[in-house]
Amino acid sequence: MRQNHRRFRLDVWGWTTITILLLYGLFLLYPLGLLLKMAFSDGMHFTLSHFVRFFSRPYYSITLINSFKVSFMAALLSVLVGVTLGYFMSMYQIAGSRILRMCIVMATMSAPFVGAYAWIMLLGRSGVITRFLSGLFGITMPNIYGFNGILLVFTTQLFPLVFLYVQGAMSKMDASLLEAAENMGCTGVKRFFTVVLPLIAPTVLAGALLVFVRAVSDFGTPMLIGEGYRTFTVILYNEFVGEVSQNKGFASAISILAILITMVVYFSQNLAASKSAVSMNVMRRIEKKKLRGLSAFLVHLLIYAVVFISILPQLYVVYTSFLKTSGQIYVKGYSMQSYANMFSRLGRSIQNTLIIPALSLLVVVLLAVLIAYVAVRRRNALSGAVDMISMIPYVIPGTVVGIAMISAFNRKPLVLTGGMLIMVVALVVRRLPYTIRSSVAILQQIPLYVEEAALSLGSSKLKAFFEITLPMMAPGVFAGAILSWVTLISELSTAILLYTGRTQTLTVAIYTQIIRGNYGIASAMATVLTVMTFISLLLFNRISKDGDITL
Amino acid sequence: MSKITIKEAKKQYGDVTVIEGLNLEIRDGELFTLLGPSGCGKTTLLRMIAGFNSIEGGDFYFNEERINDKEPSKRNIGMVFQNYAIFPHLTVEKNVAFGLKNRKLPKDEIRRETARFLEMMQIEQYADRLPENLSGGQQQRVALARALVIKPDVLLMDEPLSNLDAKLRMEMRQAIRRIQREVGITTVYVTHDQEEAMSISDTIAVMNAGKIQHIGTPREIYQRPANVFVATFIGRTNVLSGRMEKGTLLLVDTARFSRTAWNGVPDGPVQVSVRPEEFVIHPLSDGAEGLPAVLKDSVYLGLNTHFYLRLSSGDAVEVIKESVLDDTLHPGDSVILTLKEEKINIFSEDGSKNYLR
Repeated sequence: MRQNHRRFRLDVWGWTTITILLLYGLFLLYPLGLLLKMAFSDGMHFTLSHFVRFFSRPYYSITLINSFKVSFMAALLSVLVGVTLGYFMSMYQIAGSRILRMCIVMATMSAPFVGAYAWIMLLGRSGVITRFLSGLFGITMPNIYGFNGILLVFTTQLFPLVFLYVQGAMSKMDASLLEAAENMGCTGVKRFFTVVLPLIAPTVLAGALLVFVRAVSDFGTPMLIGEGYRTFTVILYNEFVGEVSQNKGFASAISILAILITMVVYFSQNLAASKSAVSMNVMRRIEKKKLRGLSAFLVHLLIYAVVFISILPQLYVVYTSFLKTSGQIYVKGYSMQSYANMFSRLGRSIQNTLIIPALSLLVVVLLAVLIAYVAVRRRNALSGAVDMISMIPYVIPGTVVGIAMISAFNRKPLVLTGGMLIMVVALVVRRLPYTIRSSVAILQQIPLYVEEAALSLGSSKLKAFFEITLPMMAPGVFAGAILSWVTLISELSTAILLYTGRTQTLTVAIYTQIIRGNYGIASAMATVLTVMTFISLLLFNRISKDGDITL
Repeated sequence: MSKITIKEAKKQYGDVTVIEGLNLEIRDGELFTLLGPSGCGKTTLLRMIAGFNSIEGGDFYFNEERINDKEPSKRNIGMVFQNYAIFPHLTVEKNVAFGLKNRKLPKDEIRRETARFLEMMQIEQYADRLPENLSGGQQQRVALARALVIKPDVLLMDEPLSNLDAKLRMEMRQAIRRIQREVGITTVYVTHDQEEAMSISDTIAVMNAGKIQHIGTPREIYQRPANVFVATFIGRTNVLSGRMEKGTLLLVDTARFSRTAWNGVPDGPVQVSVRPEEFVIHPLSDGAEGLPAVLKDSVYLGLNTHFYLRLSSGDAVEVIKESVLDDTLHPGDSVILTLKEEKINIFSEDGSKNYLR
């Protein structure tokens, strides 16, 4: 494509670029700058004392290592599981593969802390499976709390990301590549390692990065199941909202460190991915083969086992929501009691869970499409800056975004805290990088000359965009929006910092009920959330032609 | 309707100058073709006229009006793109009506004009279809109707036939030529296919490396090409080095040819372009005087037979002759080649100037 717009021009798109830049300045750069300032200040003067305190006390410094360790392992395991499943399901005919895919997507689309909560109910000290096994066989289950538990939750919940990436990459691989390899005597496992894996490596790395970023910024899982294994998101939360001691400067310092770590991982991934980048041209897609005999059995067994384990937490949560409770304890029998009790505690949660994500989504889609447009079609220094700034939130954990927002907007000149707007702003900032990337990809598929045709026929620039380019982008953008919607309704890390009684969302309500020990109510609420997610995904499957999910 | 005048046009991508000091005049109502190898700057120039490429220097005029700083949407051009650029989410009819709607014409006029052009392009039966259900040739017709219905001052066509198969290409060539004459619109047509250019154009500008090499009618360009590049790019030719001495051309040291028309050619080394059909093959027994050569190979193509020969200088030449029923020539035979002197072209030693123009 000809690069034709290197110079900045103050036309409609020039103004759009400037407006977006100003918005980013106010809602991202200003809060982050403030965070940086607080990290290096004791209220009056420049100081390094927060950093010194962090590194001199293992109680704190260990959390960074913990976060990194568990997230790295989660990424590694997710790659292992995701690549295996993705490869098998792209290469072979698997019975019920549509349903399996749906389950895998469901597994990743729920809030991670709900998974953690379910695993505690299953494998915890008094979990069902734990008691069953020890009662029957005297087997003691390995400790679910701490590192193991977090890793289990992260892996079962995040491997689908790698899985979806791999399936995407495999669908872009030409069947003749595999046949050529086979022709030269390279088959099976050898072909996988010498041909397939190198070709999908960049995609796998991108998936691994996404897993790492999600894991490292997750707050609810380590909070619930981590116990002694503290990650930095946990102490960040405690330091910032802690009842014992509040130290905002210190929390800011930890935030800065967390951003730095994620950035290092982000850039090393980018480097590795760019080195292994290949371009593929698919003429003929890989045709799925039918497996026979033992190998068919083993492959099916593996896939079904993995999918079952990853969907089990949600199934169990739904199951427990129908159990009879007495106070906080489950008793024998089934009832709708938890649902009845739920309503009094919901407040405005359900409305909020519809309104806040819906508003955010509207803004996200609008901004993402505009940003993608200026970044792809109006390349100049300024739009390049917008493109770069828009990616910053990708490496910022949700908790940090929350802290930055509160710090910036709980004071004059702009007071937003306590309202719905600040939650919308935070969600928009967090979700934008993903939607921009997918919009950019969609836009790159639309040839420039279609728009030029509209201009040559007398359309104004804005009209050409809204009447031609946007409608052509719409199906892809809309499918992406549904997935964004699902992520937004299950968001916790930012909401937990920004919510007030009026703006409490369903995830916050679930979290609160779990913390208070009202498991029945928590399960009922989580079931409501699961149903919302499920309906959204069904809608997505309807709309998206090939059911391809990109995140 | 407009004539187009381009003065000292300049195009830069970053530090790279693609076009510089280009001058051009396109007459009102003619079909003007920019012809050249890929990367010669022909599409770049077309897009500068359209307004999609910035202009780094020079002046572009439609009639007397300078259009350098006019938005593409205000230039009143119709453009047909290489990949048609049909809007995939709009029906054929809505595609064609798109430009009229932008001009805010009354509804019934839009409907009338759209119908007229759908009919002219013979696609009225597809009016309500989406473009994805149309063949390449039909999409091409939609693109043409859409470009013409707005009554543009200038029609720009960027390799419009390159995505069609050979048969359809011939058909569309005729259609484009017919409609262009019917509407009488100034048209700038870009192609790399010389046969297409020859068959369709009033005037051809042969471009290479950002420069116009030759502007002329198809006949002029083929018969008296401005330089060796044009001679080799248009049709096929054999380029031989020779010497002029007082109106006599010496080829391969020994063979002499002369013509009174050559008297003005300065003495010294020259390059000579002899097209394959401008050689005549004589058997040794004829006793003709000319270039001695040995037949290496021949290819029978029905109407014509191509002969591949080697001159005594070692140069390989190609000769095309109308096929005869019983060819007596065989590889290895020695022959004499003579020239159709009135047709060949003599260029300066560096190939930049045709002495016979």
